[in-house]
Amino acid sequence: MLFGYSFSDLGSILVMQGFSGLSLFSVLLLMALGLAIIFGQMGVINMAHGEFMTIGAYSIYVISKITEQYFPGFMAYYFVVAIIAAFVIAFTVGYFVEFLLIRHLYRRPLDTLLATWGLSLIMQQIFRSVFGGREVSPTLPDWLMGSWAPTPNIDIPINGLFVMLITLVVTAIVILALYKSRWGLKVRATTQNRMMAGAVGINTQKVDRMTFAVGCGVAGIAGAAFTTIASTGPTSGSTYIVDTFLVVVFGGAASLLGTVASAFTISQAQSILTFFMTNAMGKVVTLLAIIVILMLRPEGLFSSKVRK
Amino acid sequence: MINKTDSKVWRSIRAAIQGLTLSSVLIASAVYAGPPTAEVNTTGLAVTDDTVTVGILHSLTGTMAISETGAQEAEKLAIEQINAQGGVLGRQIKYIQEDGASDWPTFAEKAKKLLEENHVAAIFGCWTSASRKAVLPVLERDNGLLYYPTFYEGLEQSKNVVYTGQEATQQVFAGLDWVAKNKNAKTFYLIGSDYIWPRTTMKLARKYIETVLHGKVVGEEYAALGSTQFGSTINKIRLKKPDVIYAAVVGGSNVAWFKQLKAAGINGSKQTLLTLSVTEDEAQGIGGENLKGFYSAMKYFQSLDTPENKAFVAAFKKRWGADAPIGDVTQAAYEGPWLWKAAVEKAGSFDTDKVVKAEESGTITFNAPEGMVYLEPNHHLKTRLRIGEWRDDGQADIVYTSPYIMPNPFPKGY
Repeated sequence: MLFGYSFSDLGSILVMQGFSGLSLFSVLLLMALGLAIIFGQMGVINMAHGEFMTIGAYSIYVISKITEQYFPGFMAYYFVVAIIAAFVIAFTVGYFVEFLLIRHLYRRPLDTLLATWGLSLIMQQIFRSVFGGREVSPTLPDWLMGSWAPTPNIDIPINGLFVMLITLVVTAIVILALYKSRWGLKVRATTQNRMMAGAVGINTQKVDRMTFAVGCGVAGIAGAAFTTIASTGPTSGSTYIVDTFLVVVFGGAASLLGTVASAFTISQAQSILTFFMTNAMGKVVTLLAIIVILMLRPEGLFSSKVRK
Repeated sequence: MINKTDSKVWRSIRAAIQGLTLSSVLIASAVYAGPPTAEVNTTGLAVTDDTVTVGILHSLTGTMAISETGAQEAEKLAIEQINAQGGVLGRQIKYIQEDGASDWPTFAEKAKKLLEENHVAAIFGCWTSASRKAVLPVLERDNGLLYYPTFYEGLEQSKNVVYTGQEATQQVFAGLDWVAKNKNAKTFYLIGSDYIWPRTTMKLARKYIETVLHGKVVGEEYAALGSTQFGSTINKIRLKKPDVIYAAVVGGSNVAWFKQLKAAGINGSKQTLLTLSVTEDEAQGIGGENLKGFYSAMKYFQSLDTPENKAFVAAFKKRWGADAPIGDVTQAAYEGPWLWKAAVEKAGSFDTDKVVKAEESGTITFNAPEGMVYLEPNHHLKTRLRIGEWRDDGQADIVYTSPYIMPNPFPKGY
């Protein structure tokens, strides 16, 4: 007996606490992946990244409402289709945003920051006007609700497992695409030496556009995954954006592996600390630790050498 | 000698003139029924011969929008109904609406604007205690009137506010008594959002649990407003295995809290949960399937079976749509304009000091949808407390109704 609890109790708590740590890890990673592509690979500070997540979340909401009304028989299947739709919608919006706004500002990072901040305000107001100020939630299919109980004492939330699965799939696809595909080759070439890449015949403008759009699409998937955990409102994006930037910067902006490592570190630290201290103190200690580490190592956990 | 004006012709002419004057005076007073403006408004409020202007100040955007939308809908409905009946002191009520945007400094700024620029006769508004506390200094400096509809922590009694929601002793103590008796509860886990209302309420609850119920508080936690991460908290609750989870999570966080509870396998059939901050408004956002079997302590539920409530629900749905939820705060907000009308008519004036005197006379009552309510001299309402058990359609079955509880915002020893 330890602290007055039986070992089996402690064991199940350890498993469940480990699981919520992993759950938080997948949430942070999914959010940060899109931004790592945009900020890490392209150096564009996209303050509207949270709003692309909200686009994904609202897409799920709209599709769930349509399915409920016109195709009630498909309620069990719509979610997977909806996630793909969320990617496509966010991708398309990102594509146009890059074409209309971002491509004029590549050599001006501070202006990009301001412009995307303005864009985020516009998008928030559009959400408010279309969907109303109240927060909304899609109707989740039955197989996503409830928990899986391998033993009577352990309850693993199914939507947590689902988010982890999506994160795994998306991360795998992104890493494969970036390091094994022709598109990935072009992206890495453009990042490492833009002038040379252009000189050997790579259409850098098109590559940038696709990269930005893919980053936004991944953000859309992240937003779609979060509808299982919390509700969506016009300002939901702004609650995620800070943590997202934190994860990307802490991991080392230009490194995808760094993003993974940093998401893991931050989520585990926060999860363990909030268990032993209160919610607020856990977050405070985690952030203090990040500040100290960044002061000692400003380039983040994993830095990669890039020649601009 | 016979006076020329006494002749028959002249007598009939005189009678005609008198009759005409009398009837025109009667007609004029029928058309313009209220007392003259100079009498009812000596402090420069926005009152004319046919209109009086009031303010509505709620969050239409932000994390509190989910809770406050119903309140301003109810206030508008009450104003429309009062206007249809002839208005207040013969004047139609016009309202100016401002958005507090779930940001407390914005509430204070908008209240200032309503009182100093628009000179409204009364403000119907606020939801969180934080917003009320931000508005209070503005009210007291500009001598305005606020009708505040939310259940709150008590420990306040301002001359410029009428509290149509319950204060803590009415909402907390009776609810804890019920859960201790009916669920044999000895251990409690307290959880709330991190601002003044949950913290003060839990302080009162803890004292009551420990001294009156002789129970034990096995955990107490607060999550930031708008927070969506409850994983660690839920694990801690599982470790401590409390008899009752006593929750005061507010606004949008409620959705994440109950969804994650359900995902962790904690539901109404396995765990007793009594919450102070879930009404039909939040239930719509949370989803009935995530709330089933949990309990709320409120003075009003939409399912209340009285003729007044049936009429109110029908009128509300007709005005705002069949899907519009009606919760405790919405109903309390509905009471605001009616109580104000009664106080103004008793005072015969819109001036704040005279209305306050009428409010404190102890004679203002209203046959509200929740039943008869009595405005006590301490600016609070004497009401009943009800415990509702949530169904999976987002409505609650009322399982307990308390006797009338006198409001006591400053309980001894707390």
